[in-house]
Parts: sequence; structure tokens; C-alpha cells
Amino acid sequence: MNTVEFTLVVAVGSFLAGMLGSLTGLGGGVVIVPLLTLAFGVDIRYAIGASLVSVIATSSGAAAAYLREGYSNMRVGMFLEVATTIGALSGAFVAGYVSTSWIAIIFGVVLLYSAYTSFGGPKEPEKGLAPDGLATFLRLDGTFPADRVQGAAGGTSGARESYHVRNVPAGFGFMYVAGLLSGLLGIGSGAVKVLAMDQAMKIPFKVSTTTSNFMIGVTAAASAGIYLRRGYIDPGLALPVMLGVLAGALTGALILPGAKVKTLRMVFGVVIAALGVQMIFEGVRGKL
Amino acid sequence: MSPAIKPTDQQFEIFLGKLLRTGVVIAALIVFAGGVWFLSETHGARREYKTFRGVPAGLSSLDGIFHGAAGGQALAVIQLGILVLIATPVARVLFSMLGFGLERDWMYVGVTAIVLVLLLYSLFNHSTR
Repeated sequence: MNTVEFTLVVAVGSFLAGMLGSLTGLGGGVVIVPLLTLAFGVDIRYAIGASLVSVIATSSGAAAAYLREGYSNMRVGMFLEVATTIGALSGAFVAGYVSTSWIAIIFGVVLLYSAYTSFGGPKEPEKGLAPDGLATFLRLDGTFPADRVQGAAGGTSGARESYHVRNVPAGFGFMYVAGLLSGLLGIGSGAVKVLAMDQAMKIPFKVSTTTSNFMIGVTAAASAGIYLRRGYIDPGLALPVMLGVLAGALTGALILPGAKVKTLRMVFGVVIAALGVQMIFEGVRGKL
Repeated sequence: MSPAIKPTDQQFEIFLGKLLRTGVVIAALIVFAGGVWFLSETHGARREYKTFRGVPAGLSSLDGIFHGAAGGQALAVIQLGILVLIATPVARVLFSMLGFGLERDWMYVGVTAIVLVLLLYSLFNHSTR
């Protein structure tokens, strides 16, 4: 393959990854690194650099649509970004000292966990919980648009349902881990963020997914600066990955209303699980 | 009573969303332009990614990227687009801080300032490699 052919083939692969990632809500970043390393033989450090760039692009590009709906909680997002940015900085530091074999193995485990969440689907946290002292002090409680009548156009006029945020320290801790993995592996860590927000902090599902999307770009930007200086972000590779994933994510958002999301999540889950096993295998063999 | 999200909050969120999208569009256009340019002038063997050598300083430091892009290097133009992309969430955090300031929510001005300092530290502290 010459440069032009290689660029086009990586762009097509990234497009598919971005489209599946946005259709299933699992994010495209999680398959970019396995795609580049396993299928194209790219060194995992270059792959992580390119993936990180695509994560910032999709998170920031999708934010406009999410924010208009009025689900995301800016205070929760900003407060937890303290944890994810510290985590991302530590992850990027640690990545300089951990062997690429270990990074591949950790990556494989995260892929397996993501696959697991794509089958189970997160449980909606229980409602009507009492206020929590720390969350009240930090003014984290919020409201979101209550379920509207089917067919009614969106907007801000509808009734809003309120919720209380719980277990702030546990959520903060999970977010540090999410940031750490994001900085170490160049992914958005959406699966761990959801674990922190809906399972630990009992934030309603729609609020936690939109707020987490909002946070992913900032988390990735925190480690991107370090990776850029380390020479992990190669323009020739970032070019097809960033533009491909971005175009794929936009296409995914456009065709989402007619898509069979449940089937897609199952298929994508199997693909991710297979990639996870292969990443662990290659990592143990020391081939990545 | 729990403080609900005020209407001003949501208008501000819509503004932030547009800011982010604009940043991504500008970054993507710069990367695309640099990419077309890069692909139109490449000859011979393609860049090798199997072994990690690290991107040269001219494409991995802020100074190098600005000088290279100004000097008409296609790969430096792509990196410039990526810098715009990295700067986009940073700008979002900066504007969030101003938004909390307008609401006189000093606790969150402080929280946002911490995030901003961490981001700027990552971008500009040259000892972190």
C-alpha cells in the first residue's frame, strides 16, 4: 500500500468504527486502537495518539445536540471533571513507564468490560432517594425533562423531574479511574463513567450519558497535550482516523432513528469481546 | 429546596454546544485541507508506523507546529488542526468559568478554575514528557 491507499483504508475503517460507536452509544474510540494495532500493524503508542484525537472530535461534535435537549448537568460534569482530568494526567504519565504489552492487556480487559455492559444494559437507578449532604453542599442535584407524550416536539416548555445525587466520594473515585484509563489507553472510558454516575451516584440514565459525553472531550484534551509532546500523535495517522471517525459518528447520529439498536449492540458487543481477547493474547505474547 | 437548573443555565449550555461544534468544524477543515495537500505531494514509500520512533520535534511542539504550518509544511498544517481540536474543550472550560461567574456561583468558578489549570498544565508544561 502507498500513502494514499493506506490513508483511505484507515479512513474507511475509522468511519465504520465511528458509525457503530455512535449507533450503540459505546463510542468509536474503543475499537480504533485494536483496529489500528491488530489489522494495520500500527504501534500501540501511535494508535493511542490517533484514537485520543478522534475521541475529542466526536465528544465535542456531539455535545451541541445533547446540550440542546437539556439533560446534562453542568455542575456534576464540571465537579467530576476535576477527578477525570487528574486521572487523565496520571494515566498519561504512567503510560510512559508501562510496557506496551501491559497496555495491550489492560486494553483487552476494558474491551471485555465494555462488551459486558453492551449485553446487560445499565439498570435505571432507583428514584425518589433522599438528598445527600455533600451533594447538596456542592449543589449537584438537578432536574431533567420528564417523559413527554410520544410525537410531541422537544423543547424546554415541558415539565421537569428532579433528582438527588448520591455517593459523591465513590463517584469521584470511579471518575478518577475513568480518567486514568482514558489517559492510559486513549479512549473515552464511557463505560466506566456510566458506572460512576448511574450505578454509584444514582443519576438518571439520560442525564449521566449526556453529561458523560460532555466530559469526555475535556478528559481526552488533558492527556492529549502530553501525548502530543511525546510524539504519539502522528499527523499522517491522525488525519484519516479523526476525519473518518467524525464522519462515521455524524452518519450514525443521522440514521439512528431507524436503526435496530438492540441487535447492533449485541453484534458490536461480540466484536468488542473478540478484540478484547485478541488484545490480551497479543499482549501476553509481547507482540504489541 | 434543591436548586433547579435555571433557564439561563440551559441557554448557556446551548451556547457552549455551538462553541464546541464550531471548534470541531474549524479543526476538521484545517486537518482536511492539510491532508489533501499532504496526500497530493507524497511520493515513494509510505510512513512507517510499525516501530515507534516518535513524531519529530517540528510536529510535536507548539513552536514547531506553528513555524511548520506558517512555512507551508502540509503535516504541520494537520497538526495545527489537531491543536485547534485540543483547544476546543479548553475553551469550553474557560467559557463555563465565565458563565458560573455571571451567575455569581463562586464555588463553581473555583472548581472550573482547577480543571482549567490542569488542562493548561498539560498543554504548556514542557517538563511533562
